[in-house]
Amino acid sequence: MTEGFYVVLSNNKIAKDVYELIVEGDVTGISAPGQFVNIKLDGFYLRRPISICDYSAPDERGVGKITLIYKVVGHGTESLSAYLPGKRLDMLCGLGNGYDMSKSGDKPLLIGGGVGVPPLYALCKKLKEQGKKPTVIIGFNTKDEVFYENEFSGISRVIVTTADGSYGLKGFVTDAMKDVDYTYFYTCGPMPMFRAIEKTALTSGQYSFEERMGCGFGACMGCSCKTKYKNKRICKDGPVLEREEIIW
Amino acid sequence: MVNLKVDLCGITLDNPVIPASGTFGYGYEFAEYYDINILGSLSFKGTTLEPRFGNPTPRIAECPSGMLNAVGLQNPGVEEVISTELKKLSECFFKPVMANVSGFSVSDYAGTCERISGCKEVGWIEVNISCPNVHNGGMSFGTVPSSAAEVTRAVRRVTDKPIIMKLSPNVTDIAEIARACESEGADGISLINTLLGMRIDLKKGKPVLANKTGGYSGPSVLPVAIAMVYKVYEAVKIPVVGMGGISSAEDVLEFMYAGASAVEVGAANLIDPFACKKIIEDLPRVMEKYGINDLNNIIGGAH
Ligand SMILES: Cc1cc2nc3c(=O)[nH]c(=O)nc-3n(C[C@H](O)[C@H](O)[C@H](O)COP(=O)(O)OP(=O)(O)OC[C@H]3O[C@@H](n4cnc5c(N)ncnc54)[C@H](O)[C@@H]3O)c2cc1C
Ligand SMILES: Cc1cc2nc3c(=O)[nH]c(=O)nc-3n(C[C@H](O)[C@H](O)[C@H](O)COP(=O)(O)O)c2cc1C
Ligand code: FES
Repeated sequence: MTEGFYVVLSNNKIAKDVYELIVEGDVTGISAPGQFVNIKLDGFYLRRPISICDYSAPDERGVGKITLIYKVVGHGTESLSAYLPGKRLDMLCGLGNGYDMSKSGDKPLLIGGGVGVPPLYALCKKLKEQGKKPTVIIGFNTKDEVFYENEFSGISRVIVTTADGSYGLKGFVTDAMKDVDYTYFYTCGPMPMFRAIEKTALTSGQYSFEERMGCGFGACMGCSCKTKYKNKRICKDGPVLEREEIIW
Repeated sequence: MVNLKVDLCGITLDNPVIPASGTFGYGYEFAEYYDINILGSLSFKGTTLEPRFGNPTPRIAECPSGMLNAVGLQNPGVEEVISTELKKLSECFFKPVMANVSGFSVSDYAGTCERISGCKEVGWIEVNISCPNVHNGGMSFGTVPSSAAEVTRAVRRVTDKPIIMKLSPNVTDIAEIARACESEGADGISLINTLLGMRIDLKKGKPVLANKTGGYSGPSVLPVAIAMVYKVYEAVKIPVVGMGGISSAEDVLEFMYAGASAVEVGAANLIDPFACKKIIEDLPRVMEKYGINDLNNIIGGAH
């Protein structure tokens, strides 16, 4: 983990209520895709956790670019959406365990729902670099909410689903899963989607969870959950948990 | 050169800054970020006789300039704390630590204190009779003077180490509770624990926290805490450890003028893992700014 200031390079709307924020700063704290940052916003006490969507390799000063994608859901994210290029952001960077790529097999399946899609992007790129053949399924409620289809299609096979059928395949991500041949899965998204995947998935896999956080780095026990083996903190021992350890 | 050294119940602290219980894990988590030996001491997560998972989540809610927590004393129990957590801490922290202890009955408190008192790493025992987040425990002992006295008496019987009773602000007269603890042999008083609070999620029309209520802390409680430290300082002769909303070196000085011999920093550690380090490094500058060359000269100075 690193703590410090990051400079906003861009902050643009890419779908309904969804923004892509690119910042520049110390990327040396990032060790795996699926980790997150915790952002201090002017006028708010607790930091806001947001997944790292993409990150570049550090230059000789340790500096690189980080892409974050967030949805405006409350006062904090609303204020963030007004941040302009040049603004300095106080961030803790490289929090959590991230996805374990060593288990992916040759044909990993990446399944994202809504604003659970972002962390899968860096994961997809890294898996690709390792010579794997990932398939990506991203699900949304409706056409206005769809984002990052083009970014993913540049590096892998991608299937888009919408619940109302206004774009891509009509239905849920689990409807699309049935026709894919995969060796392992990685997912991030809302709980109802997780429950459906848990019923559908044929292989082992990893889920990335959310919880309200006090600190984001393991100090307060605000985000604890029980697993089959021991108590874990979503922020430090997670956010990614393995299928086999999760208690539903 | 300014002097930051202070005395707390016969043990010298290099500086008065102590991370508060529940906001600093068992310390070693922070040793990844900086050398925690720069701290005066540290108070580790509230320990109980038996392991506890704590409350269901959400356990955290935001407030203007502060937060609610309803962790509910999650900890692995005193045996595991001693065999695992304290051991890890002793590999990276070489000063006396403050053992924070909680319970659900008088005999719980005494049992945990007796066990932890035997650890050589422990300098003081901070007895939490003020946790608002567990039912039938914690705070109920700290809101009635006779119960506070009873816990103090029971703990006093099982240890020779300094006992610091940690008080709740959720009372009518905190001075009366402090006097009750002093009269049963407490060596110090620490305050304040969190204030009872609640937030409602407007999208659901229900409390944000699964526990419904939580403990309110952070910068917004600072004036409440200062007033209570001021009051307790006048009520007792034993040293007072002040806390509530501290996030700067200036805040530390305010507490010391009000009567604190040392201070604890809580929620600020969660927002900035380097908060205590920054406060300690900034203290000499701020002392010079206000013409203070020895912290001991300002303790209780506002009276
Ligand atoms: C590990 C992790 C990764 C995340 N990644 C993303 C992401 O990539 N993109 C994205 O859009 N969102 C992500 N979220 C959710 C995001 O943190 C919340 O949407 C955001 O904090 C809401 O803040 P607000 O002030 O707008 O909402 P408010 O409801 O006003 O926030 C009030 C408080 O609740 C907390 N909170 C509210 N919703 C959530 C939530 N779902 N999870 C955790 N805390 C919450 C806030 O942090 C704040 O402390 C992630 C959450 C976690 C835990
Ligand atoms: C997440 C969290 C957990 C806490 N856990 C404990 C605890 O286990 N024992 C205890 O005595 N106090 C506990 N406290 C209270 C703090 O030690 C402190 O008294 C209070 O937060 C006021 O200080 P602050 O405003 O600087 O946070 C906790 C506070 C927070 C925020
Ligand atoms: S949010 Fe503090 S331990 Fe996870």
